[in-house]
Amino acid sequence: MFDLFKIAIRNLLRYKRRTLLTASLVTIGVVSVLVFISVSGSFKNMMIGQITDSFLGHVQIHKKGYVASIDSLPLTQNLGPNAFAKIEKAINETPGIEAYSKRIKFGGMFSNFVETTNVRLNGVYPEDEVKTVPLFLSRVKEGEKSIRTGEILVPELLAKGMKVKVGDTVVVIATNKDGSVNGKQFQVGGILESATGPGGRDGYIHIDDAAEILRMDTMEISEVAIRLRDFDELSSVFDRLKDKLSNELNKQGAPAFEVHTWEKLSPFYNIARMIDVMTFFVKLMLIAIVLISIMNVMVMAVYERIREIGTIAAIGTLPGKIVAMFLIEGFSLGFFGAVVGDILGVAVISVLNVANLTFSFGRQKGLLLSPSINLQDILVISIIVITISVIASLQPAYKASRMNPIDALRHV
Amino acid sequence: MSLVTANNLSKAYAKGELKVEALKDLNFEIEPASFVSFIGPSGSGKTTLLNLIGCLDKPTSGILMVDDTDVSGLNTRTAAAFRGKKIGFIFQDFNLVPVLTVYENVGYPLVLVQNIPSSERKQRILALLDAVGMAEQKDKYPDQISGGQKQRVAVARALVTNPKLVLADEPTANLDHKTAYMVIDIMKKMKNELGTTFIFSTHDQKIVGEAEIIYTLEDGELAGREV
Repeated sequence: MFDLFKIAIRNLLRYKRRTLLTASLVTIGVVSVLVFISVSGSFKNMMIGQITDSFLGHVQIHKKGYVASIDSLPLTQNLGPNAFAKIEKAINETPGIEAYSKRIKFGGMFSNFVETTNVRLNGVYPEDEVKTVPLFLSRVKEGEKSIRTGEILVPELLAKGMKVKVGDTVVVIATNKDGSVNGKQFQVGGILESATGPGGRDGYIHIDDAAEILRMDTMEISEVAIRLRDFDELSSVFDRLKDKLSNELNKQGAPAFEVHTWEKLSPFYNIARMIDVMTFFVKLMLIAIVLISIMNVMVMAVYERIREIGTIAAIGTLPGKIVAMFLIEGFSLGFFGAVVGDILGVAVISVLNVANLTFSFGRQKGLLLSPSINLQDILVISIIVITISVIASLQPAYKASRMNPIDALRHV
Repeated sequence: MSLVTANNLSKAYAKGELKVEALKDLNFEIEPASFVSFIGPSGSGKTTLLNLIGCLDKPTSGILMVDDTDVSGLNTRTAAAFRGKKIGFIFQDFNLVPVLTVYENVGYPLVLVQNIPSSERKQRILALLDAVGMAEQKDKYPDQISGGQKQRVAVARALVTNPKLVLADEPTANLDHKTAYMVIDIMKKMKNELGTTFIFSTHDQKIVGEAEIIYTLEDGELAGREV
């Protein structure tokens, strides 16, 4: 085998310029794919992190039918104490959950005593909320990074439009599920940066204040947001939670609860899927580049060495060894291109990291792009390139092995 | 016992609708350790006959036995294996592998055809390179040596597997007078030392003069045998 490799490498070095050009093509393809995967992957992961860690959570539980009418934030679809007790039991029995946060979500009117506008509000237990969505407080641009009773965190667009600032007094008016209207004064505790996705422009108050405005006799909640210990276990934890809660039926005998991952709740999931599809097509393009360039060079190699093939066949080289000789040439080209591509790809990614590139997405500005590539991706791309190189060499190698030695020896 | 036996050996080609009879009912026997030459004008069937004996082609009819094997029935793979074991080839254009050194070219059949262990390989290669006077050039590549030297390397390569038979198609055609004699001398020496049978196809009177048996081919038929 070593001798076959030696011959293959020497044959590649025989046409240095052609070998270098072909290997360069493979290298450029590998670098492009690695950089694309790292940049798009880092963008995707960062956006998912922003969405799940700053307001959405990884999984949410609602009363059945709530999500279908989520735009109107229906108070009639809230979960009572009994329902929440069942959810809490399921959460406690499900391994892999790090934290959860109960929320009352409602729509109301926001007044600065001069103007009035509508507002969507979340009533939360601050400690639970921060444990469930740890980036939440980082969205507080001005004011104290906390939610106290009697204070409101106002979304920045609303604050700008209503010309309110930290320390101002405002009034929130809301209608409860019985149709009764109530209002409460708040002090603006902070201005909240917008985030991408549903709920990214909501205001926040303490859950006790929400219950007071909505005149709740007993605590009712709209949703439970859940944070997992390991995001990679999303589907398994989701399945376990769903299994446990699917046995809980309402009075009509239908499931009482609905469980959703962030994927079903945020439109960014479709963008993430598109990024995955684009990555797949970029890989396909790499395969096409490697296939065409290696096949082209191997066809040329066979054509140029017909007499040589005739000679080695005549002196008794078995067809299998002739096939192996050309496959090893293709393999070596692909291997060389992939290894150099991997090294250059990692170097380019490192340079991008040092360059501290930022980008904007929706209302979010200055998001830092920190592309990274894991060993698994590098290995997968390398294996694809090397495998395609060998596949591309198959036809020329087979042709060489099937050559009639007499015709090959006569070839001029 | 004969090394090569041909009984009513014929080979015909189809060129479009035309049937060309390259060899017609040849009958001959070649003994082991002999120096045999097939002569004749171009198109008389010399190369076709060497191709048949070398298992590179199959006869249309008749029987061809090489070292007690009916080679007309061998498939591609078994024919290659048979050639690798029993037959050495010397070509008019030397046909050395350009990416291998002199040493590696001679060793090629041992490495990639017979899978001989490296210690034994080295001994055999160096002995043959010494015998053909190319030991000092062993690290050179084919494009760094002369035509005569290339053919001496080719002789060593043909003999390195200790074949019973070496087939040489016009081996001196591309060599000058002096070099041609040197190559013939080497082949004769090898025949005497190793007991190898050499079969040539040639126009070259130098080789013809050295041959022990000369077969003359004319239009695919055996026209004469001189001893």
